Amino acid sequence: MAGHSTYHFKNPVVRWFDSRLPLISLVREQLHEFPTPKNLNYWWTFGGIAAICLVVQLVSGIVLAMHYTPHVDMAFNSVEHIMRDVNYGWFLRYLHANGASFFFIAVYIHIFRGLYYGSYKAPREILWMLGVLILLAMMATAFMGYVLPWGQMSFWGATVITNLFSAIPIVGPTIVEWLWGGFAVGNPTLNRFFSLHYLLPFVIFAIVVLHVWALHVPGNNNPTGVEVKTGKDTLPFHPYYTIKDLFAIVVFMLFFLGFVFYAPNMLGHPDNYIPANPMVTPAHIVPEWYFLPFYAILRAIPDKLGGVLAMFASIGVLFILPWLDTSKVRSATFRPLYKQFFWVLVLVCVGLTYLGGKPAEGGYVIAARILTGYYFLHFLVILPLLGLFETPKPLPASISESVLKKGGGGKPAEAAAAPESRG
Amino acid sequence: MKSRALNTIRGLAAGLAASAIAAVLAAGFAGPAQASGEAVALPSESWTFDGPFGKFDPAQLQRGYQVYKEVCANCHSMKLVKFRNLAEPGGPGFTEEQVKVLAAEYQVTDGPNEDGDMFERDGKPFDSFVSPFANDNAARASNNGALPPDFSVLVKARPNGANYIYGLLTGYHEEPPHGVELREGMYYNDYFAGHQIAMAPPLSEEAVDYTDGSPMTVEQYARDVVSFMTWAAEPKLVERKRMGLQVTIFLIVFAGLMYFTKKQVWRNVEH
Repeated sequence: MAGHSTYHFKNPVVRWFDSRLPLISLVREQLHEFPTPKNLNYWWTFGGIAAICLVVQLVSGIVLAMHYTPHVDMAFNSVEHIMRDVNYGWFLRYLHANGASFFFIAVYIHIFRGLYYGSYKAPREILWMLGVLILLAMMATAFMGYVLPWGQMSFWGATVITNLFSAIPIVGPTIVEWLWGGFAVGNPTLNRFFSLHYLLPFVIFAIVVLHVWALHVPGNNNPTGVEVKTGKDTLPFHPYYTIKDLFAIVVFMLFFLGFVFYAPNMLGHPDNYIPANPMVTPAHIVPEWYFLPFYAILRAIPDKLGGVLAMFASIGVLFILPWLDTSKVRSATFRPLYKQFFWVLVLVCVGLTYLGGKPAEGGYVIAARILTGYYFLHFLVILPLLGLFETPKPLPASISESVLKKGGGGKPAEAAAAPESRG
Repeated sequence: MKSRALNTIRGLAAGLAASAIAAVLAAGFAGPAQASGEAVALPSESWTFDGPFGKFDPAQLQRGYQVYKEVCANCHSMKLVKFRNLAEPGGPGFTEEQVKVLAAEYQVTDGPNEDGDMFERDGKPFDSFVSPFANDNAARASNNGALPPDFSVLVKARPNGANYIYGLLTGYHEEPPHGVELREGMYYNDYFAGHQIAMAPPLSEEAVDYTDGSPMTVEQYARDVVSFMTWAAEPKLVERKRMGLQVTIFLIVFAGLMYFTKKQVWRNVEH
C-alpha cells in the first residue's frame, strides 16, 4: 500500500529519509490524500472513536499498572490506594473502568453500522473478520481486567467463566485447572490475568493496524453501498474526515467523561467494592453490561456444553456472515425487507442484554430462549433466504448522483450550508 | 407471485418482532413477582453531595466522625482511611493540629524496635484508623457470630448506598410486625434483606453530645454518619465534581468550535 509515492518532497532531508523509509509518504497517502467517499454519515465516525478509546485504555492502563499490585491479599487495597493516595489516581481508574464500557459502546455501534450498510460484503470480508477478531480480543481483555480489582464480582465472575471450559468433554477439568494454575481461582489466576490483560491490548492494537490496512485496500463502504466510481465521489481524508471525526470524538468524550466525573460507578456492580471472599457467593453473579447478551445466550441453553457452544457460536456466526448474506445489494437503504429484519435484530440484542441481567428463572429463561433462537435464525436462515426473495430498490448510478438527488430540489446552496443534517 | 412471497416475509418479520417484544415484556412482568416481600422502597434523602455541584458539609462530616468514633467504631473498622485524610481538602476540614490530637487518642502497635520487640505508641496522622478487633474471627466472636463490615467503601458496596444505610439506621422496629418470628439475637429492620439483622439499633436520641446545636435525633445522627461514610468511600468526590465541571465546559466550547470548523471545511462540498 506504500512505497510508490510520486510526491516530490521539497525538503532534502525529508526526501533523503523518505526514499530510504517511505514513512512520510505512507502517512501522506493513507491519512491525508486517502480518497474517502464524500457521503459518509456520522455512523462512520465510530471507527475513529473506537480507536481513540483503545488509546485511552492503553495510556490509562499503563499508568494504573505502575501502582497496582496483582496479589490476592493486596489487589483490592492497591486499587483503593490508587483511588486515595495516587495523584489523580481516582481519575485514571474511573477513566479506565468507564473507558471499557464506552469502548464497547463505540464498537457495538460500529458493528451495527457495518451490519446495516452491508460493509462486510465483498471485497471487505477480511476487514470484517479482523473486526470480529478485535471484538473477541476485547472481550477477553475486558473480562480479565474486571478480575483485577479482586472484588466479589471479580472473583465469582472469574470462577463462573473459567468453569465454562469444564464443559469440554474429557479434557475440560484439566483445562480449567491449567487456566487457574491451581485447584481454584487464586493467586496464580490473578497473576496470569494481569499479565494477559497487559499483553492483549497490544495484540488488539496490532489487529487494528491490520484492520485499517484491510480497509485501505478497497476503501470505505458508504451509505449507498455503491462503490466509488470516479474521483468526483471522493474527498481527501484530510481535512474533511479528520475534522468530522474529531468533532464526533469531542461529542463522544462529553458523554464518556460525563460518566467518569458524575456517575463513575453507575456501570459497575456495587458488590465489586466488597473484597473477594471465596466463602461467600453473591446472590446474583452478573457480568458487566457489555457481556449480558452473551450471558443470556449461555444460560438460555439447558445443557452446559450446549450453552458454551451457543455463546461462542453467537460470535462465530459473524465470522461467516459475508457468505451467509446472499444479497448483491449492500446498503439496507435499498433493501426494504432487510431493513426491517435489521431493526428486529437490534431489538433482539437489546432484549438479550436485558435478560442477561435478570436471574435465570421462569419467564426470563423462556424469553431468552426465544430471543436466542431468533438471533441464530436471523443469520442462518433469514439472511440467506432474503437475498433470494427480496427485490431491492433501484440503486443510484454513483455516489455523486445520489448526493445530487438528495441535496437537489433546487436548493443546492442550502444543502451546502447545512452539510450534515442527517444521522 | 413474487410480491406475495414478499408480503409473507414482511408479515413474518413484523410477527417475529411483535412476538419477541411480547416475550420480553411478559418476562419482565413475570419476574418481579417472585422478588416481592423482599424489597421495601428506600428513603430518598436529599444529600449535600448529590448532583453535579454537590459538596460535603465539613461541619456535618465532623459530626459524622464523632458519631462514628463514639458509636460505630466499637464494632466497625475503617481500615482504608488514615487520620491525615481528616485534614485533606474536600473532607471534614480538621486542622493538622486537631488531627494530631485525634490520632494520639489511639494506641498503635509498631515495631520491631532495635531489640526486636513490638511496642505500643501514640497514633500519628499517617496511621490508619484503628480497628476495634484484632481480626475477623475476634469480631465474630464478640458479635454473636456476625461480622460487622468494614466502613471504608461500604457506601459504594451497596446499591444506592447512602440512602440504604440511612434507611437501615432509621428503619428499626421495637416489635416485629404481627406474625413475624425473629430468630434469637436478631432485630427487625425494614430495609435489611430478609428483615432480620444481627446489629442492635445503634443510635438513640441524645446518644452523642453535639456541641454545635444540631438536633440530637436518630435521623440527624444517621444523616451525619452516612455523609461521613460517603466521604470515606469517595474522598475525592468534591475534586472530581469540580474538575468535571471544568472539563464539561471546555468540551462544550471545544465541540462548538469543532462544529463550525467542520462546517467551514465542508462548505463547498455536496454530500
